[in-house]
Amino acid sequence: MLAWTIYLSFMGAAAVTLTPGKSPTVARLTALLTTLAGLFIAIVAVAHHPSGGTVTLVRAPWMPRLGIEYHLAADGISLVLVLLTGLAAVAGVLFSWNIETRVKDFFGLYLLLIGAVYGVFLSFDLFLLFVFYELAIIPKYFLIAIWGSTRREYAAMKLVLYSFAGSALVLAGMVAAYVVSGQRTLNLEALAHFPFSPHFQMWAFPLVFVGFAVLAGMWPFHTWAPTGHAAAPTAASMLLAGVVMKLGAYGCLRVAIMLFPHGLDPWGFHVLGFGSWQQVFAVLAVIGIVYGASVALVQKDLKFVVGYSSVSHMGFVLLGLMTLNQIGLSGAVYQMFSHGIIAGLLFAVVGRMVYDRTHTRDLGELSRMPLARTIPFAAVTFVLAFMASIGLPGFSGFIAELEVLVGSWRAFPWMAWIAGFGILVGIAFSWRALQATFFGEPAATPEQAMPPITLPERLGACLLLASTIVLGLYPRLLMDLILPSLNGPLFEQLRQGGWR
Amino acid sequence: MNAAGYPELLWLTAPEIVVALAALLVLVLDLSLLRRSTLAVRFGAATLVASLGCLLAVVVLLKFPAQGDLPAGMLVVNPLTQLVQMALLGLAILILLLVSSTRFSTHVGEYCALILFATTSMMLLVSTQNLLVIFITIEFLSLSLYILTGFNKQSQASAEAGLKYFLFGGMSAGILLFGMSLLYGLSGSLALDRIALAVKASPGDPLLTLAVVMVVTGFGFKIAAAPFHMWAPEVYQGAPTWSATLVASSSKVASFFALFVFFFVGLMGAAGSAARGAYSIGWAPLIAIVAVASMLWGNLAAIAQTSVRRLLAYSAIGHAGYMLIALVAHNQRGFVSLVYYVITYALATVGAFGVLAALEDERVDSITDFRGLSKRAPDLSFCLLIFLLSLAGIPPLAGFFGKFYVFVSALDGADHSSLLWLVLLALAMSVVSFYYYLKVLKQAYVFEPATGVAAIRVPATTRIALWVTAALVVLLGCLPDLLLDRIANAILDFIS
Repeated sequence: MLAWTIYLSFMGAAAVTLTPGKSPTVARLTALLTTLAGLFIAIVAVAHHPSGGTVTLVRAPWMPRLGIEYHLAADGISLVLVLLTGLAAVAGVLFSWNIETRVKDFFGLYLLLIGAVYGVFLSFDLFLLFVFYELAIIPKYFLIAIWGSTRREYAAMKLVLYSFAGSALVLAGMVAAYVVSGQRTLNLEALAHFPFSPHFQMWAFPLVFVGFAVLAGMWPFHTWAPTGHAAAPTAASMLLAGVVMKLGAYGCLRVAIMLFPHGLDPWGFHVLGFGSWQQVFAVLAVIGIVYGASVALVQKDLKFVVGYSSVSHMGFVLLGLMTLNQIGLSGAVYQMFSHGIIAGLLFAVVGRMVYDRTHTRDLGELSRMPLARTIPFAAVTFVLAFMASIGLPGFSGFIAELEVLVGSWRAFPWMAWIAGFGILVGIAFSWRALQATFFGEPAATPEQAMPPITLPERLGACLLLASTIVLGLYPRLLMDLILPSLNGPLFEQLRQGGWR
Repeated sequence: MNAAGYPELLWLTAPEIVVALAALLVLVLDLSLLRRSTLAVRFGAATLVASLGCLLAVVVLLKFPAQGDLPAGMLVVNPLTQLVQMALLGLAILILLLVSSTRFSTHVGEYCALILFATTSMMLLVSTQNLLVIFITIEFLSLSLYILTGFNKQSQASAEAGLKYFLFGGMSAGILLFGMSLLYGLSGSLALDRIALAVKASPGDPLLTLAVVMVVTGFGFKIAAAPFHMWAPEVYQGAPTWSATLVASSSKVASFFALFVFFFVGLMGAAGSAARGAYSIGWAPLIAIVAVASMLWGNLAAIAQTSVRRLLAYSAIGHAGYMLIALVAHNQRGFVSLVYYVITYALATVGAFGVLAALEDERVDSITDFRGLSKRAPDLSFCLLIFLLSLAGIPPLAGFFGKFYVFVSALDGADHSSLLWLVLLALAMSVVSFYYYLKVLKQAYVFEPATGVAAIRVPATTRIALWVTAALVVLLGCLPDLLLDRIANAILDFIS
């Protein structure tokens, strides 16, 4: 049944585009119903998932000559991300209720993107995964280039070229894995158990890892992210930061680390003090954490603040992946979910609640507006979202970042210190943005009348806030999915009998 | 091989004869019965008869598949050549469908007949393994294409393109002939299989190296690979759109196939290796150089183009580079992937040019002329989206699978990483190509049309041709085995 998340989204996309008539309400309702159905299916699937198991949804020969299969399956990690996609998709529709231009095209492309994202998370054949992964690129371009704001064409082109360059590296690694294994298969389960030679893994791992990490916003390949987030329309920023960056992180874990774990082994020699790919990428992740937070500290554009904060938070995901121990990896997956929700919330407040009413994102100008009084709901949401973002206990971000820090403390203690410093900078930029936006010193100018916060906005914000608080208070909800999967047979090669 | 009589010759060339007769019939009909009709009727009738001729040839190929060889490899007819011939005929029918709604010339019969003559020569070119016949059919093909290029007598650009094409073509034909004569001198035979024996006996012969360079040059011109590509942008831009379509699609299929057969059958012994760390002299490193030059120059120069036709020309040069990777790999899988790639590439190209042909009345040439196309002609721009994304190699379209399989064949050697450098370069360049294809699509989808321009009316035949092509591109991308199985089986048969 889980496979229907994909099909329903594609069918919804077709329905929205092809239904005659120009009524925007019909398009919005269709999109809302489609995404709600997807969320519902995801929740049901999570509830019924056997602990630690991999549920095969569909498995049929697709290109028998090459041994490529149409293989959809779900383990705990996929389910976590499918659930995230479901939540973000519903919230995204609610926050784009006010789109008036080319509404049908917008929701058509939106649902196409959602369907492709579901597809990536549910594919257990590498070829199929890649097809969905690339399929997600095209709608991103048009969503930003048509409905975007600041420098939208530039940002859209930059984003898709980065994505496409990353996926080109992945393609090279995929073709190599296909011919080297000689098994005539791209089935992830089969490849996960295939003993690739350490030499091959040494060069295939960085190829695939970097390819996916581009989309996860790894420093120094992160530059598409802030510009893309800032230019995109609200729903697209929510999806970009919330879900699409997770595609990259998911690929890093599901493909690079799962198939080529020995690519992370020590090289046996040192270059510039680095002794393995594990160290190289961990350092890049930490740089991303600190760099993203520091740059966010000096931004003038509110959306860029949130965009760079995404780079910083995705750094935690990558750092967690590089710890290669159970607590770090589970923290990374948890952070994927947590950041997906929180980034969606932040972009919703910044792009929809604030920008669509004030038509400015400049912190200086915003600080002269009495926003806390005119739109108190936005202020409350923003405060809560930033509390979640900086990792206060009680929110999901706390669990995730704590686990990553503990994991990296075990793997490389000094990096945990630097990452911890990154969290402090995160508090600083959040404080600054919050203060300037909502608690600045209003000028003497008379208050402008602003449209009140609409019902869809309230619903979307409540949905996301509820998710992050529930998962902050009761992390077992997801941990029961993540941990058994990490300890399952798919990651056997990584564990090598026990966690590092 | 035994001496062949006329019955066998006629039997083996039945499809070609059908097409040639159809060409003559078109000429006669147009010059006699239809002389006083309007241009619309004449184009309609001529293309109808011509497509029926092609269809009949396909039926002959399907129902009466004669197979056999003539002495000295003059004619080699097997399932593989017949498959390629069917692809050529299918492309010809699509092009004729596009032609049917035009009024650009009063020489209707001649135009359609030339398209059929070009198709005949390509069909012969793919089913021969004899130096002399290869040369003659290439010349036959080139002559038809020169005339088709310069056919629009009202257009200076068309005449200029025709002349340029002719001059470059004549030059490279001379070089090709020189190379062939050296091969003949070396082996004492015109048949490729005999040449293969002689080449195997003396692989390091300097004369052979010279001959290989000449042959690569000659074929490089036909497939528009850098640095022999100078004519391509001019022809793509100046020629009547339908002629350019033929040059860009089916003539590429035939030339690439002939090239592969030439090297695969005739010169396999002198392949050498372009592998990193295992370099050895031969044609493989030479082809690798041409492939690298084509990928780099084609894709980078395409960025700077403002004319869509020139952009397609440079992208064609880039695609020639990708396809040559399959030749550098020169294994069986490479052969399969090349045939798949070139057929699907030709389909997408016919489609892209078909969109240009549909916009002929709008005088569309510059990229910005596509502004707001999605509003003015939604189905047209959707087809364009499919074709360009297929050319860019986005799954699940045919172009992606073609690239995927070419790369699989390139890495499918004893040492898997030996051609990795070529694959990585191709991947980098395909990112570049994505940029310029997207530039066109951006105009079509992102921008609103200028105020006051009307919706575009697309003739029904053009619409049919475009939808069929788009459906094929999607179908072959989603289910590549439909075509791949046939190609692979035919190639197994061909090699044994």
